[in-house]
Amino acid sequence: MLDLIKSPVLTFQNFIRLSGMALRGVLRQPYYWDDIFIQMDLIGIGSLPVVILTGFFSGAVMALQMSRALQTYGATSQVGMIVSITLVREMGPVLTALMVAGRNASGMASELGSMTVTEQIDAMRALGTDPILKLVKPRLIATAFVLPLLTVIADFLGIFGGYVVACQMLKLTQGTQYWQSAWRALEYNDIAQGLLKPFTFAIVLSLVGCYYGMHTTGGTQGVGRSTTQAVVVASVWVVVLTFVISRIFTSL
Amino acid sequence: MSDSGSHPVVLAFENVSFSFDTEPLLTGITFELRRGEALVLHGAAASGKTLLLKLCLGLLRPTGGRISVFGEDVTHLREGEWFDVRSRIGVLFQEGGLFDSLTIEENVSYPILNQKRLQMTPSQVRERVETTLDFVELGHTLEKYPSELSGGMRRRVGIARAIATQPELLLYDSPTAGLDPITANTIMALIVKGRDLRSATAVMATHRHQDGDILHRYRYDRILNRLVPATESTRTRYLVLQEGRIVFLGSPEEFDACPDPYVAKFASR
Repeated sequence: MLDLIKSPVLTFQNFIRLSGMALRGVLRQPYYWDDIFIQMDLIGIGSLPVVILTGFFSGAVMALQMSRALQTYGATSQVGMIVSITLVREMGPVLTALMVAGRNASGMASELGSMTVTEQIDAMRALGTDPILKLVKPRLIATAFVLPLLTVIADFLGIFGGYVVACQMLKLTQGTQYWQSAWRALEYNDIAQGLLKPFTFAIVLSLVGCYYGMHTTGGTQGVGRSTTQAVVVASVWVVVLTFVISRIFTSL
Repeated sequence: MSDSGSHPVVLAFENVSFSFDTEPLLTGITFELRRGEALVLHGAAASGKTLLLKLCLGLLRPTGGRISVFGEDVTHLREGEWFDVRSRIGVLFQEGGLFDSLTIEENVSYPILNQKRLQMTPSQVRERVETTLDFVELGHTLEKYPSELSGGMRRRVGIARAIATQPELLLYDSPTAGLDPITANTIMALIVKGRDLRSATAVMATHRHQDGDILHRYRYDRILNRLVPATESTRTRYLVLQEGRIVFLGSPEEFDACPDPYVAKFASR
């Protein structure tokens, strides 16, 4: 029984250690700006198509699903409000984070994992570079910067997707009414949690990706295992954290 | 080693041990290496050769004993404090450890650009990289990636990267492993050349007795630009590891005459 608990506890302890070093590293010199911008491009621009598609269709499908219920109650004019609140508070941040977890946390784990098994991380340390500052920090900063931006894009496209379905396809309501109700429904509280969530997810998923990468053992098979673990763990953390943050905001 | 007393100690292990979980992987390792000496590290696979080199570099921490590098006790140094020490050490990893997403030029310039001790202008860096790659006869590969080179060439780039900062201590981890005899001899010739031109201290882990032979029987002749038999001592010593313990430490003559059957397997008899 003790052995069963030992492994996850050790993993968590090592993860916290790496996170501590990386977060402390954010305040420490040197800053590898080239790497930071490369990662921003890779994560931000690279994830844009998938985020656009996910955002648009999640808003569209939400409007579609809600249409029947709202018609029953004669409240079709409220479709904009429902789509915008759900997207900005919850769906936008979570879906974007899950996409980035699948795309980038796995990428980080496999890239750093390959470097670990081919002794490149050791070589880096031996050649005078701290891998936390050179590899983890740029990925952390880049993800924390671009994920909220990607989320804003996903939110907007989701609301637009909702508009296309509700106003153009099903003619549930008029365009101006849709946009007005979507806009008026949002409060500062919604915007705050809609931006805090991706920021928190970004920190967690980039650190999870880097952690599994840097703790890879067992050659190429190990790289595959790390990649899978990184995506699974990062995705689970995203859903757990969204609950925690939502709980905090609902009690405010 | 009659002349060794006049040279400062570069690397010293005092009763060093290393365990993983509860399994001891290195026990009671004690030796001393002075400036200009070469230590040939023999031992079967998993006998602790790579581990010993990683301890020299601070990539792993010993679980017991004391290690000093360049006269400084490094046993309890923190990661951040190691970088200054490491900037004076060159290392060739077993598999080369080259950064596969960087070009050869970027690989060789990496230690020069990332060590605070060295302050060089971009043109000086370029010049140093070219000189170092010329030294290993790979001056034409600057723009290539490691994957475009053969195994022997990658190993030579590894050597170039190790010596690019002109370190005082060089660590070679199985420099000839997996190479054909001709390429292996080329690599050894480069290591001897590096030793004799720059008189750096070297530790070389290997399982080939020929590597140790070349290191202690030959020297590099600048005029002839090739290896010639050494007429005086090359200050080479042998250390043999068996399951994490030292079973032999001594001169080449003692090594060749050692009656221990395990040690004899590594000697050229």
